[in-house]
Amino acid sequence: MHSLLNINSSTAINYLPIAIQLIFVIGFIGTMLALSAITGPKRKTKDKLETFASGIEHHGDARSPMAVKYFLIAILFVLFDVEVIFFYPYAVNFRTFAADPTMAWKTFMAVLMFVGFFVIGFVYVIKKGALKWED
Amino acid sequence: MTLLSFDWPLLLEKFVLIAIIVFTTLGIALYTTFGERKVAAILQDRPGPNRAGPFGILQPLADGVKMFTKEEIIPTHANKWLFILGPGLAMVAALMTCAVIPWGGTVHIFNRDVVLQVTDINIGILYIFAVVSMGIYGIMIGGWASNNKFSLISSLRAASQAISYELAMGLSLIALIFVTGNLSLGEMVKQQQTHWWNIVYQPLGFLIFFICAMAECNRTPFDLPEAENELNFGYHQEYSSMKLGFYLFAEYINMIMSSAVMASLYFGGYDIPFVDDNLLYNSSGIWHTLAPFCQVGTLLLKIVFFIFVFMWIRWTIPRFRYDQLMNLGWKTLIPLALINMVITGSLIILKINHWHF
Repeated sequence: MHSLLNINSSTAINYLPIAIQLIFVIGFIGTMLALSAITGPKRKTKDKLETFASGIEHHGDARSPMAVKYFLIAILFVLFDVEVIFFYPYAVNFRTFAADPTMAWKTFMAVLMFVGFFVIGFVYVIKKGALKWED
Repeated sequence: MTLLSFDWPLLLEKFVLIAIIVFTTLGIALYTTFGERKVAAILQDRPGPNRAGPFGILQPLADGVKMFTKEEIIPTHANKWLFILGPGLAMVAALMTCAVIPWGGTVHIFNRDVVLQVTDINIGILYIFAVVSMGIYGIMIGGWASNNKFSLISSLRAASQAISYELAMGLSLIALIFVTGNLSLGEMVKQQQTHWWNIVYQPLGFLIFFICAMAECNRTPFDLPEAENELNFGYHQEYSSMKLGFYLFAEYINMIMSSAVMASLYFGGYDIPFVDDNLLYNSSGIWHTLAPFCQVGTLLLKIVFFIFVFMWIRWTIPRFRYDQLMNLGWKTLIPLALINMVITGSLIILKINHWHF
């Protein structure tokens, strides 16, 4: 088992230490939060628990509609990040492709085509003004 | 009896290693806060914290005690559990990153060869991306649960900033993976021990990665989520006591972790410069025993250097405007990273095929 952990890094057992670390970290943080909840003073007043708005009275609920730009960025991120992730399998196998003279340029041209699609989408987004922040 | 067939000493070894790494990280983070104040003081020609202990060396402990003895406030309009979950999640994400960072070679102790890396999974760098993205949830949940307009705007800003720069970060790394051929951090460091450091092959990639790391950590000049003049405190506006401490702490731990990742990816990780590490390992006597600790020390020195650069930049450069930030991320870094990727790829293919098509 010990040798397994060192040689082959793709088995599920390699993720066990991550689980241990997750439990450890959550335990530590939970303890700290509980400790600080116990040690601090507790003198709650109504004014103290009001929403802070720089000294003036707060108006309404904060969860009102926000500028759509932020959401647009999020959607564009999902689109482009998926494209970026598609590059990774190629990047990992890049060396084996590059060593093979018949495959090297063929695969690279295929990836360049993909880069082309990426760029077309990117230019379209910019031309549409999706990334324009000044109104 | 699958449970009993476990290698229990190995589990214990991993547990001890995790405990040491996590607490060391926390300790370094404590002193990074102190270091930041001292560096700021030196750059601004003032003494900085100097009351607690000699040269103010106990200041971080005093800050910690203060965090613990402050009142915990949960505003009446906030979502109680999400409000607590926010800083916890931010901290969990920050502390989980260190699982795949190789801190050194192997230590021979109690008749065991202990690898100074919690686990060397073959998707190391993708794991780091995944965990760092979880950190954004901490900020988002905290900002939303506060039910404060400042917090909400700030967390929206933080999220869209982080995801914008993650794109350029991912693209700049592809060029690096062309060079190294795998995603495991341990493997990358081992390659750099026998070859040149990756910074030699990927200077532009490193620059893009560095800028993106700075943006992911919400450091000035990218600290729009904490822009005091616009948003008071930002997403931790309503927080007090240790929950506030966790948010501040998570930022410093992220800084340490991104420094460690940059050191491992581009600057040889624990590789000692100008020294053949394998020679050190194969030698007999004191150097054989000290070799892994020298490597850990080297990595820590590299991390400290990067943290210093982070601070140096913070106290030198003013903050961006939001549109400038977005333009830099989308319209400058992403095209640059794409160009870098294409050029690196074609150069490597040309080199492997002896410079002809």
